[in-house]
Amino acid sequence: MPIITPAQVKSDYDVIVVGSGAAGGQTAYTLTMEGAKVLMLEAGRDYDPVKETPMFQTNGQAPLRGAATPDKPFGFHDSTVDGGWQVPGEPYTQVSEDPARQFEWWRSRMLGGRTNHWARHSLRNGPYDFKPRSRDGLGFDWPFTYEELAPYYDKVEMLIGVYGDNDGMENTPDSSPGVLQPPPIARASEQYAKKHMKTVGVPVVAIHRAVLTQRQDPTVLPQKIHPGNVRAQRILAEAMSQRAACFFATPCGRGCAIRATYQSTTVHLPPALATGNLDLVANAMVREVTLNAQGRADGVIYIDKTTGRECRARARVVVLAASGMETVRLLLNSKSAQFPQGLANTSGLVGKNIMDTVGASLSAQIPALEGLPPHNEDGAGGAHVYSPWWLYKEQLAGKLGFARGYHIEFGGGRSMPGMGAGAGLQNFTRGSYGLKLKEDARRYYGSFMYFSGRGEMIPNEGSYCELDPVVKDKWGIPVLRFSWQWSEHELKQAEHMESTFKEIVAAMGGKVLGRNANRKRINDKAVIEKGGRVIHEVGGAIMGADAKKSVTNQWCQTWDVPNLYLTDGAPFAGNADKNPTLTIMAVAWRASDHILAEMKKGSF
Amino acid sequence: MNRDYPRLDRRTAIKWMLTASAAVAITERQMFAAAQQAAAPATKGYGTDALLNKEYQPGDFWPLTMTDAQHRTAAALCAAIIPAEGSVPSAADLHVHDFIDEWISSPYPDQQGDRAIVLGGLGWINEETRRRFGKDFADLDEKQVKAVCDDLCHAPDAKPEHAEGAKFFAKFRDLTTSGFFTTPEGMKDIGYVGNLPLAEFKGPPPEVLAKLGLA
Repeated sequence: MPIITPAQVKSDYDVIVVGSGAAGGQTAYTLTMEGAKVLMLEAGRDYDPVKETPMFQTNGQAPLRGAATPDKPFGFHDSTVDGGWQVPGEPYTQVSEDPARQFEWWRSRMLGGRTNHWARHSLRNGPYDFKPRSRDGLGFDWPFTYEELAPYYDKVEMLIGVYGDNDGMENTPDSSPGVLQPPPIARASEQYAKKHMKTVGVPVVAIHRAVLTQRQDPTVLPQKIHPGNVRAQRILAEAMSQRAACFFATPCGRGCAIRATYQSTTVHLPPALATGNLDLVANAMVREVTLNAQGRADGVIYIDKTTGRECRARARVVVLAASGMETVRLLLNSKSAQFPQGLANTSGLVGKNIMDTVGASLSAQIPALEGLPPHNEDGAGGAHVYSPWWLYKEQLAGKLGFARGYHIEFGGGRSMPGMGAGAGLQNFTRGSYGLKLKEDARRYYGSFMYFSGRGEMIPNEGSYCELDPVVKDKWGIPVLRFSWQWSEHELKQAEHMESTFKEIVAAMGGKVLGRNANRKRINDKAVIEKGGRVIHEVGGAIMGADAKKSVTNQWCQTWDVPNLYLTDGAPFAGNADKNPTLTIMAVAWRASDHILAEMKKGSF
Repeated sequence: MNRDYPRLDRRTAIKWMLTASAAVAITERQMFAAAQQAAAPATKGYGTDALLNKEYQPGDFWPLTMTDAQHRTAAALCAAIIPAEGSVPSAADLHVHDFIDEWISSPYPDQQGDRAIVLGGLGWINEETRRRFGKDFADLDEKQVKAVCDDLCHAPDAKPEHAEGAKFFAKFRDLTTSGFFTTPEGMKDIGYVGNLPLAEFKGPPPEVLAKLGLA
């Protein structure tokens, strides 16, 4: 990407955006397309998926056959650069030594952040998800409704390209006509599961994922996305014409050199840069937000990681989009006489109400899938179908014993053999070796499936982060210390997930193999995974209608500092089972429109 | 006592237990010796920002550490676990033992755990075949290889004196299948036909749907 050095940073930006992932990308995109001058600061290195993505490399061409290692927690070819639950030189700490009370914090230090690696699941929150407290008395209502956000969901989906169907299901919203791309046909294992899941009452529909199954129409979409802005339309049309449709090979987690999937680096940043309104600095580790005499944000201080030098940047507006917890950390580290407890923290709620997604998983072997004729199941590099939460009525009637729902992500099939291929078969084969082992490997290949639950967490007082009073990272910046707690709602929900999976596997005539050993759970007996393991960090600076009970208003604008906005997951007032990225982008777009309107009014 | 075995009288049971503990002791000694004998493993992995769109070979990131003798035994075991079949080469032909060397020479914790099992087992299996047949595993004839592998191939069925050997065999077999089925020849052999750009994804072919009762 065309990046600039700290020496080239100008002095008259409209907006500084900290972070370049889903939130930072969307914010910079919206602002620059409307003419605002933006400086984006990314803590990681420059990264270009078009040049760097291993598209057709096989696992046999990777060290250790591509196995996951502490350096690459999702395997060698995963796109993540300088990231994981541990980042060298950038520690975080825990309040408790009990794994059940700990949060594991995923970070990726690279341009585009985790959008390079993410699963591309793009599910809308539904109407219930924005008003959970009104519905069941728990958690917090968001200060806007689904209907207010829906136009932004449409725009984001058109911009990034999302495949899926409109199924008209409860609290699982349809998109407007012409917005979604056609979903790919379900794979054999997905179709077989669907047939049997129906018998136990679990629906299966096309999942929504940010992958182009056909090329975007540059003659139609730009006008819908940027009505009345001819220049933006032209730039977006050009950017869309650079994106190819999926060619149904290679896993999306590696990134996508042909730009068929959404990554900030292939979808948001190229048109934003093409406006000429975006300056981008990589290796810029922001330490704090600075204030002027009037208590307004006037810029940031960042460490240029290439020299270790401290630099300043100034703008009329500061947007933090650094990932939920990193944004919280920045606020807490921005202390001043006016905000001794951290910036925008008059409510005392910065760092409170942090959330992840409830995770539980089970793997199984399905005899019906043994010995299928070889056929290509790579598909769209991820799931084609899923099960949206289906027990709203039973839950509202109090029949389930926990308050919120989950969706099921599942799959299996004949993916590219990697580390573990043909391994562990001795339980099925009585320990075959030689030619019999080869025969067995062919027979069992493609007969293994996994089922993962992804459930809503209700914010609670035991889940928070704060500054560690002692520990600093290698740049000398105080680090976060986490506390975590799953409530009975989440624990019971995870158990419900597992019993559902067992029922499904039984209906398929399969054999349960066990919980996924790669997913860390809070202890050996528990079903639920550790906090942070699903990498859906949100909350920590929740939005609300009351300045005493929230950190930002409905526009992601901090109550305390009107020209300071938080457009990542930090202002999420809840964390529905739907994967948060799509909602982060829709909310960021809406917030960016607010910034533009306020700048036009001369508020900043 | 394993339920697959006939009941033993007390004296026999004690004898077997003694044999079993002796076998364990030998294995541990072997592991220790092997670990000392092999060069110290690398302390650094490939890091958090390795070049990804490149083809790598074992040894590119950290030195391989097996001795020639260990290599020879590993290759023979690879060939026994995945032999040649028609035009498809064996795991040894495809140098899967080099991958196993890469695996056990790598600095990461899981692989370091496997290092002790694999190097210990490679030493143990030669001791076992010398005792039984007077020669190293790599020099056994087909029948002798089968006799040894049959004793080790299924841990729940293994005799107590083979329990450690069976654990090693299971680990080595998993590494061999992983190494083999990730080669182009192995991917083809297992029936993986993807990794090709397609203009269209047509879903499962009719014969697959028919077999699953979904047609």
